[in-house]
Amino acid sequence: MSHFSIFALARNAMSYHENWQRQWRSPAPKASYDAIIVGGGGHGLATAYYLAKEHGMRNIAVVERGWLGGGNTARNTTIVRSNYLWDDATHLYEKALQLWEGLSQDLNYNTMFSQRGVMNVGHSLQDMRDIHRRVNANRLNGVDGVVLSPEEIKAMVPIMNTSNSLRYPVMGASFQPRGGVARHDAIAWGFARAADRLGVDILQNCEVVGVQREGDQVVGIETTRGVIKSKKIGVVAAGHSSVIADMAGIRLPLESHPLQALVSEPMKPILHTVVMSNAIHAYASQSDKGDLVIGAGIDSFVGYGQRGSFPVIEHTLQAICELFPIFRRVRMNRQWGGIVDVAPDACPIISKTHIKGLYFNCGWGTGGFKATPGSGWVMAHTIAQDRPHALNAAFDLNRFNTGHLIDEHGAAGVAH
Amino acid sequence: MLQITCPWCGPRAESEFSCGGEAHIARPLDTDALSDEQWGDYLFMRKNPKGLHREQWLHASGCRRWFNAERNTVSYVFTQVYKPGEALAESVAAAGGAK
Repeated sequence: MSHFSIFALARNAMSYHENWQRQWRSPAPKASYDAIIVGGGGHGLATAYYLAKEHGMRNIAVVERGWLGGGNTARNTTIVRSNYLWDDATHLYEKALQLWEGLSQDLNYNTMFSQRGVMNVGHSLQDMRDIHRRVNANRLNGVDGVVLSPEEIKAMVPIMNTSNSLRYPVMGASFQPRGGVARHDAIAWGFARAADRLGVDILQNCEVVGVQREGDQVVGIETTRGVIKSKKIGVVAAGHSSVIADMAGIRLPLESHPLQALVSEPMKPILHTVVMSNAIHAYASQSDKGDLVIGAGIDSFVGYGQRGSFPVIEHTLQAICELFPIFRRVRMNRQWGGIVDVAPDACPIISKTHIKGLYFNCGWGTGGFKATPGSGWVMAHTIAQDRPHALNAAFDLNRFNTGHLIDEHGAAGVAH
Repeated sequence: MLQITCPWCGPRAESEFSCGGEAHIARPLDTDALSDEQWGDYLFMRKNPKGLHREQWLHASGCRRWFNAERNTVSYVFTQVYKPGEALAESVAAAGGAK
């Protein structure tokens, strides 16, 4: 596997860039592996990479029913931040953010991680109390954050309407300077290439249709490309988690909803940070291609169709136009949906199950992209050591029986 | 925009409705007798099927009545709508399905 560098670029220029190596192999499935990851999105590929890199497990496979990174990893609004409220959630997302900060170097792949800051705007007294509380909680946990006044917001984002003409005027915002955006496809491809380089088999067009057990131990999966045996199976299947859980006789507290997003026509740089508003509900940033990347709340019904209803888009754009009047003439270019597995407390489930060797990493709902490297890192630990890391111990599936839910609906920033 | 058939009002736009989640989850009668696992199961665990699903819907901007629906969660087509207490077989079939 060739190392990407300025020298490689120069060398390959001499042969008209016709000799770059494939970034990952497409091997035939082996009969068995030491561990199998079900789900070839960002989280699944990250899990496989860290299993190989941190825990020395090389005889592993990632099984993906479609093409790698083609699910929610390809469909999110690319925001990265760690400004959640509760300690357990904050530490997990902050682990992810710290991994993001070194990820391009670690993977030898340009993830285009841009720490341009993330702003969460407040539009009422209660919004501002919540913002102050969350920023203070962040700082107590060693995570960067400041509260901005409307004047400071206006100085950073001149195009925002901070006047009283808004139905719910801007009263301030939280700002996490180390947050930002990254290229979603790059993270899938970067982890895939790095994992493949360490010997991980990535098996695409390989859909799981059954989970095999012997007593209370998992022994393998049935797929559209045959039976593959393993005593360790990590299910990282996002919106399809319940489908796989059903095959194993496990119940999950998830509902899979459509989450839509859209991009505008490309424009010259005009929005230099990420702006999110809970109250008037939209979030936007501007990609390096120049298009606005816009998202909002889920469609309220269960949906596996990777599409939602137009009123959601309409309400989102009303919020964008209200907050950024200059965007009223901008045309939208492309719109799509993903399938987000929402948990009752808007927090993930990264857990062993009552079946030995079967682990689930799911329930990230509307906020999985930002956590991609951290999610993979703790899931790899959980699988390799057969016990959770301190960072994901609180996200056990049994918290829905003990009552130890961790309510992050506010910090999630996306209407449920 | 889906078109949803209210059993009382007939076909209306999706924006008139509110989705109430999975239908036919009976609240346990003697909750004190339940274990933590059973209670958590009732409160939180859901079928979340990829395919036919039975749901509760509220005609929020219309007659404001609750009704049940069987809908395909992949195609979003409504196969049946039926009033609370009705069995699926006696239901009024949805006219036209989702648009």
